[in-house]
Amino acid sequence: MRSPETAVLDGNDAVASVAHRTNEVIAIYPITPSSAMGELSDEWSAAGKTNIWGAVPRVVEMQSEAGAAGAVHGALQAGSLATTFTASQGLLLMIPNMYKIAGELIPFAMHVAARTVATHALSIFGDHSDVMACRGTGFAMLASSNVQEAHDFAAVAQAATLSCRVPFLHFFDGFRTSHEINKIFLLSDEDLAEMLDENLISAHRSRALSPDRPSVRGTAQNPDVFFQAREASNPFYLATPEAVERAFRKIEELTGRRYRAFDYAGHPEAERVIVAMGSGAETARETALYLAARGEKVGVVTVRLYRPFCAKAFAESLPSTVRAIAALDRTKEPGAVGEPLYLDVVAALAETLTPGAAAPLVVGGRYGLSSKEFTPAMVAAVFAELTAKSPRRHFTVGIEDDVTHLSLRVDPSFDTETEDVFRAVIYGLGSDGTVGANKNTIKIIGDDPKRHAQGYFVYDSKKSGAVTISHLRFGPREIRAPYLIRRAGFVACHQFDFLGRIDVLEAAEDGADFLLNSPYGPDDVWDRLPREVQEQILEKKLMFYVIDAYRVAREAGLGGRINTIMQTCFFAISCVLPSDDAAERVKDTIRKSYGGKGGEVLKRNFAAVDAALANLSTVTPGRAETGVPRQPLVPAIAPDFVQRVTARILAGEGDALPVSAFPPDGVWPVGTSRWEKRNIAAEIPVWDEQLCIQCNKCALICPHAAIRAKVYEPRYLSAAPATFKSVDFRAADYAGHRYTIQVAPEDCTGCSLCVAFCPAKDKANPRRKAIEMQPQRELREAERANFDFFLSLPDPDRARLRQVDVKGSQFFAPLFEFSGACAGCGETPYIKLVTQLFGDRALVANATGCSSIYGGNLPTTPYCTNEQGRGPAWANSLFEDNAEFGLGFRLAVDAQAEHARRLLIELAPVLGNGLAEEILEAKPADDAAFAAQRDRIDALRHKLAAVSGPEVRRLEILADALVPKSVWIIGGDGWAYDIGFGGLDHVLASGRDVNILVLDTEVYSNTGGQQSKATPFGAVAKFASTGKRTPKKDLGLIAMSTGRAYVARVAMGARDHQTLKAIREAEAFPGPSLIIAYSHCIAHGYDMAFGAEQQRLAVESGAWPLYRFDPRRIDAGQAPLQLDSGPPKIKLEDYMRNENRFRALERLGPDAYRQALVEAQAEAARRYELYRYLAGYGATTEGRP
Amino acid sequence: MDLSTTYLGFKLPHPLMPGASPLVDDLDSARRLEDSGACALVMRSLFEEQIVHDEMAQHIHLDAFGNSNAEAISYFPGPSAFVLGPEEYLEHLMRLKAAVRVPVFASLNGTTPDSWMEYARLIEQAGADALELNFYYFPTDPAENADDVERRCLAIVGAVREAIGIPMAVKLSPFYSALVNFATNLERSGADGLVLFNRFYQPDIDVEELEVVPRLRFSDSSELLLRLRWIAILSGRVGTSLAVTGGVHTPLDALKAVMAGAHAVQMVSGLIARGPGYLGVVRNEIARWLESHGYDSLAQAQGSMSLKRCPDPGALERANYMKILQSWRVTSVASPGEPERSKR
Repeated sequence: MRSPETAVLDGNDAVASVAHRTNEVIAIYPITPSSAMGELSDEWSAAGKTNIWGAVPRVVEMQSEAGAAGAVHGALQAGSLATTFTASQGLLLMIPNMYKIAGELIPFAMHVAARTVATHALSIFGDHSDVMACRGTGFAMLASSNVQEAHDFAAVAQAATLSCRVPFLHFFDGFRTSHEINKIFLLSDEDLAEMLDENLISAHRSRALSPDRPSVRGTAQNPDVFFQAREASNPFYLATPEAVERAFRKIEELTGRRYRAFDYAGHPEAERVIVAMGSGAETARETALYLAARGEKVGVVTVRLYRPFCAKAFAESLPSTVRAIAALDRTKEPGAVGEPLYLDVVAALAETLTPGAAAPLVVGGRYGLSSKEFTPAMVAAVFAELTAKSPRRHFTVGIEDDVTHLSLRVDPSFDTETEDVFRAVIYGLGSDGTVGANKNTIKIIGDDPKRHAQGYFVYDSKKSGAVTISHLRFGPREIRAPYLIRRAGFVACHQFDFLGRIDVLEAAEDGADFLLNSPYGPDDVWDRLPREVQEQILEKKLMFYVIDAYRVAREAGLGGRINTIMQTCFFAISCVLPSDDAAERVKDTIRKSYGGKGGEVLKRNFAAVDAALANLSTVTPGRAETGVPRQPLVPAIAPDFVQRVTARILAGEGDALPVSAFPPDGVWPVGTSRWEKRNIAAEIPVWDEQLCIQCNKCALICPHAAIRAKVYEPRYLSAAPATFKSVDFRAADYAGHRYTIQVAPEDCTGCSLCVAFCPAKDKANPRRKAIEMQPQRELREAERANFDFFLSLPDPDRARLRQVDVKGSQFFAPLFEFSGACAGCGETPYIKLVTQLFGDRALVANATGCSSIYGGNLPTTPYCTNEQGRGPAWANSLFEDNAEFGLGFRLAVDAQAEHARRLLIELAPVLGNGLAEEILEAKPADDAAFAAQRDRIDALRHKLAAVSGPEVRRLEILADALVPKSVWIIGGDGWAYDIGFGGLDHVLASGRDVNILVLDTEVYSNTGGQQSKATPFGAVAKFASTGKRTPKKDLGLIAMSTGRAYVARVAMGARDHQTLKAIREAEAFPGPSLIIAYSHCIAHGYDMAFGAEQQRLAVESGAWPLYRFDPRRIDAGQAPLQLDSGPPKIKLEDYMRNENRFRALERLGPDAYRQALVEAQAEAARRYELYRYLAGYGATTEGRP
Repeated sequence: MDLSTTYLGFKLPHPLMPGASPLVDDLDSARRLEDSGACALVMRSLFEEQIVHDEMAQHIHLDAFGNSNAEAISYFPGPSAFVLGPEEYLEHLMRLKAAVRVPVFASLNGTTPDSWMEYARLIEQAGADALELNFYYFPTDPAENADDVERRCLAIVGAVREAIGIPMAVKLSPFYSALVNFATNLERSGADGLVLFNRFYQPDIDVEELEVVPRLRFSDSSELLLRLRWIAILSGRVGTSLAVTGGVHTPLDALKAVMAGAHAVQMVSGLIARGPGYLGVVRNEIARWLESHGYDSLAQAQGSMSLKRCPDPGALERANYMKILQSWRVTSVASPGEPERSKR
């Protein structure tokens, strides 16, 4: 046995490390939480890292997981060792190929970060619902419980599949294992070489497709033979458990780590046994050992080889004394007798029990769906249930089920944590670098040969101002504990404002250290603390420290990056390392983390580290009564549901909500984001009404609907707060009206896009604009009152606003507000504009991605309603099917309208007065006409109420369908260009009236910037780490080729009036329309405040030509394509240089960059010429513009 | 015709070289310059300010998004792949050295005395044959006086001199109140050469948008006059090599620079406008001119029109201004691009 090398890494890294070294072809597609495995593989291959046979694996990103599975299948059939990584819906898309690969007995090990399959809701978190959906495929299934096992079993799966030819699905819990950082012992290249038998690899190759020894595969078979041929694979499955055992023994021989298909741990004479797999089994094992050491006869069987399920080996793993078994499933199969593992256990016992012997009682429990915490206390509750006279056959644990009453009662005080483990809980902001620094801390401590370290990170679902909670454990022995820390000796809060809304000290144990980043010093801070915090500090006798880390960071020239400062304080206070040593070690990791970023970053961070200790102070607690109690998170005027449910989730108490609190079908109320006042902006825009030219561009570009315009009659101002600003509205048809630009101070993210986009400068002092950023804290109270007053002003009558230009559009209430999108998001302004124009009659089908996360991720959602209670009806189906999903809306709406029209014709005589005819003949095209039609429908309803008959009742239900609906299909480029392209193509060709809005960020933004086919030539992205070598796919041109679709390419930051025009034309077009909208994104690598400016440069450089294509123009003898931007005015480089995605290429190699520039410039010129040609095509002389 | 000259201790076949500019940013163009006869290549300046700006922008705008969302630990491929900061420059220097045979001169603009030294060392290690220190600096602080500015420059020159062994030139702007004294002090502090003068980006004003628009205008021959005068004044009075940069567009421009006292003549705008091959044209034209005018070598002309040796030194000093005004005529206005003809 060699002396093992250790490393501190997460589960994805641990698995990819083995998979990359033991494969030749890797086909992937990004999906949380497995994306990192593919990304790491790509980075390693790009850096020339080889597998154990000296070759660099080929990594290819496909258009979907179905594509990745197909590519892998082909690579395997052609004789290579191939792998893939996926999760959840991605795994489901692979299932058809998995059946094939298993049926063909091809050695193949795939790695799955097991994740919840979307049902009533999407969840990115972990459970076994995805892998359980693969039970029928014929894949062997191997489950890892922790990071070490994930590393080891990646090798076991590869070794076993080569030996038995049955393909393997190796899985580990998404997030809990894939994202947990832990110290593990690494398998060396030599270890891997010893595990993988060369002869078996040769055998695989010799079976491959080859014209030198041709064979035919994938035949179609008939009833006469299919069945027998299918049974012919049985011996391979029978041999699989033994193949796995051999690999387990090999790894034991090489490393000393012992694994079995079913591993028992606990009391040797256990009477109560839990059977589980994945990280939950780890918690169960730890708890069983804890209880057994205290004399309880309990134990746990950890299932490692789940398929093929070897009943005999399972039965043999159980102590003979067992009387009751709880099989725990991290999945739900509604309608089944029980969940899969439960059924397997029941069946295995039934098959293996000696006839006449007393069978143990088997019960089944569900736990941990969507990464729900599974703690030792819950395990203890399960063991406790097994002591009952008649334990519940089926139960849940970890939630309160007050509907079907299945849940077990849990004693929250039960705790198995030991005192020799140091535990820290640290609250940070996503953008302050807390998690990154904590990962470094774990590495620093984990590098010590005598110590072990574990880290797990909880993120909220917001893309701006996200709260992160780091859970760190350090100790002398291996640390498993796959659950959050409930008792910490160190708690840090890196954001002072969190104290007002989060109970950060909940986990602090008595005498713990509490570190606070505070703008107030040791002498002033006490009285500024909320009373609850003061009370906890006193009650728990906490040691309290403060540092003004933002000041230290500012002085060191680090902006808002406080992470290394707080990290240094952590070491200084916690004494986990001697403090002199600690500062040096922090600097070491800074060097490692940022070394590639150049000397200045290091210098400034080093200076910050040195300054940290000098600025850290101890606080002497005062009296508790001086603090102001925390304010309720939502105001008393919020709706009941928001009070009962949303507010609890916001407070971090979602775990405590019972089953009855929730809609059972995933249908939630809209407009809840307005109740979540996040106060994340350090600075907010302030309006200068004298400088303002009343163009409303600030409201247009705001990604969060946090700056708004209104025109109203002056009489309303009598009730205005003192600081409310108002000015005469400059428009002839609104003479005497007043005008206000108002910021929503607590919803603004402080991105300052509005300021950058504002065209109004002070002529005497052009540095000043009509909106300027100013510190939020001082403005908060006054502007909150002003915004409330602003909302109370009536919206202008839509029917009266005849001019729907950029300015006019911004007087329409946004029906999409305060989303969780990134500060400065380039997508949301388009969505907001669509809701302003058509939101009251829009149905929105939203592809999975950023727009579905900021559009529909709990706790609060942004789509909302107007004064009449109408607003966008929004739904997300999947990533891949969005165009089809939206088409379904259209079909349904049309079918119902048709039905309603038929009924109306039938009932016309009853209704009289020509009302039916008026309704039937109305073709509303503007707001006034829509209002008139709605009035008619109201009149219709009124009349119908007085009439009886089944048709009348049916028409009452269907009457709303007589107001035409606007169907919107919204998604990102990953959906439109790649995974959903087939459906998009079909819908475009369908001729149906749908409006497709593609928010083109040119990468998969939501999963972290992987290239899509929309990525432009030369851009560096994940899976294009040396710059994309192919041009951006011209989706617009493809759409034009259908000849039936309206197509537009827009960039709001460049030409807002063209954007508006295109959106209105698209909506009015009576067939499919496609709008491709340039959306700047944090994945482009620059300050989003300049997003609109970059859009302008993109258009002026020819990188993003603007056009509108209307096939109807052909009939009018005009060219269908209208170019809305001229030939390139500036060099493409002037646009590209500002964005890191392009600049990164220059850093990789100036020659390659220049070459890319030349090619990109040529490509832009070619494309422009093509468009110019097309813009003249099809036009007759008189029609030519 | 023997056009050889000695500049910064290098014995060069002629004085013509491309000045610090993007001209040698790619190897192809560098090779073409060498092929057309450039006697040395001067790289564009490594601007520490730019490096710091880039590094910090990346640190603030990219790193800030990492580890902030459950679905995306980062938004870019691993950082190990990126070369940032001075490495980018140094790598290019090394590639350039490997690609050409002529000496390669690097150029540096630092911000602090430490960083000047640090980068100078790195540049020397990367193989530069000589270094131009580019004092591109705008003293906008009212508390900083002329003496402060000069002292700071001299300290940097002294420090860099100690840090590196390769020859070192100092590139100056014309905006020093006592240039000759300053030049003497630079020599004393260890400068091996002086390069006159830097051309600055010249911010323009966009009256529509009320914005300051940075512009870099190409030079023309009219800009040469200022350089000729100061080279002529310094020639023979300082012991350093002298180079002219800015305004050399024609063979006669180059010849004048040499006559004023330049050991090296740097061209940028002319080469950008007419291509790298133009350098060879200028060289051949100079040779032809010298031949047709009966010169033995370029050395004979070198410094012939300096303050020390020209027939009318007063013309280079105070009286010059008056004389031009007195002889002012509409026809004598030099139209851009045609300075030679208008003079005649």
